Amino acid sequence: MTIEIAPEIPVEDRETAPRIDNQDPAIFGQTPWQTVGPFFHYGLPWKGGADLVGKSDMGARTDLFGEEHYLLNLSSPTGTPEGDVIEIAGRVLDAKGVPILDAMIEIWQANAAGRYASVDDPRDAVPIDPHFIGFGRASVDPDGIYRFRTIRPGRVPGPRNTLQAPHLAVSVFGRGIIKRLATRLYFAGGEGNDDDPVLAAVPLDRRETLIAHQQDDGRWWFDIRLQGEAETVFFAV
Amino acid sequence: MTDVLAYSPDEAGLSPSLHPDYRSTVDRSPRQPLIVIPPTLTEATGPSAWDRLMVGPSGIDLTAQHAGVPQGQRIIVSGRVLDDRARPVANTVIEIWQANAAGRYIHSADNWDAPLDPNFTGAGRVVTDDEGRYSYVTIRPGAYPWGNHKNAWRPGHIHLSLLGPAFATRLVTQMYFPDDPLIEIDPIANAIPMPARQRMVGRFDIKSTKPAWALGYLFDIVLKGRDETPFEDHHHDD
Ligand SMILES: [Fe+3]
Repeated sequence: MTIEIAPEIPVEDRETAPRIDNQDPAIFGQTPWQTVGPFFHYGLPWKGGADLVGKSDMGARTDLFGEEHYLLNLSSPTGTPEGDVIEIAGRVLDAKGVPILDAMIEIWQANAAGRYASVDDPRDAVPIDPHFIGFGRASVDPDGIYRFRTIRPGRVPGPRNTLQAPHLAVSVFGRGIIKRLATRLYFAGGEGNDDDPVLAAVPLDRRETLIAHQQDDGRWWFDIRLQGEAETVFFAV
Repeated sequence: MTDVLAYSPDEAGLSPSLHPDYRSTVDRSPRQPLIVIPPTLTEATGPSAWDRLMVGPSGIDLTAQHAGVPQGQRIIVSGRVLDDRARPVANTVIEIWQANAAGRYIHSADNWDAPLDPNFTGAGRVVTDDEGRYSYVTIRPGAYPWGNHKNAWRPGHIHLSLLGPAFATRLVTQMYFPDDPLIEIDPIANAIPMPARQRMVGRFDIKSTKPAWALGYLFDIVLKGRDETPFEDHHHDD
């Protein structure tokens, strides 16, 4: 009786077989979104991340993990940016109007002159502010309130010959939010609100959801309603 | 006039906001359709100087952040960040956070009684090189229970957050492991239709495995790209 012995794989060449997974060219495409979940507070926000003007601990929730695990240093503005300092605050409300306690907000905005601190803003004639980055991140506090300290942005061009009204691009993240929700914050009475090319794409009766209002204490208040009556307008970007 | 190159829209049907099997989405997802807006500089730009803000440690070795070595299987995750035309995305930041080998987060709201590891925080950050490549060392995260439904367990996963070059390219995702049977019964992974769901499953890789040190996994991340031609007509009137 003869015993068939299968040819051996040379030891040096042993590899796993191809699979339908991340490396498979047949399914190449945009990576899908997944929620940040409830435990992002030690991974994403950093101390000072919500303060675009000076050094502070705004934006982080160091109450949620031990000091030995802090990876969050104070932000390091190099000086005071030009423009009017403003504070923005608000809540993220669910379908029942209840403030979400595990939400995070990001903002992206132009400086006071209306220039983005980005290599993709090609307008050399509009000055970059060396002390202003225009990006911020805030987790909501235990009362469900987020807040930022920043500069009131200038106007930036829109499509064709339009000029956009002063605004912030806003991203909403949280447990139960699979994909970032993108919206914008405009200022009540802001210059050019009436002919802003993006507001013009929003049905008239929903534009109010994009307007922040100044309170008696000077803060601009901007609640974000994820669903239900007066659901905030979210954009496909 | 400023020409704006628009980024790709979201791939149709890829990442829904509402997926009722993941219960928390029911009250936290919008019901109105997303409004399509004209491309503007706002969405086509992003923070080029993020490194001046995120001044914490870069943390490309999550197993070397404390006095001792953390428990669990050491792994090396490497890959590239590309756009959806397969072009590399250079100098972009990837933020990383995850549970420890037992499936426990250091977060105080994580009240599962699996042990904390004094030598593991589970947070770090890497930046892609000129060819979009990145690599980091960590511990393979364990599965953990959650309250979504009876006997619900999340498959082991690493949370990843990318800024990309623009507001429009922002991405937060999770990387899964190829030998994990929990993926196919996980409502969060299953919010993504097949076969795109498999884009979030890394590949075990013997070539990047370091002998007698760590297992290698490959994971490429694909952001939105944009065409070379401007959306608008060329105007040179300002
Ligand atoms: Fe998780």
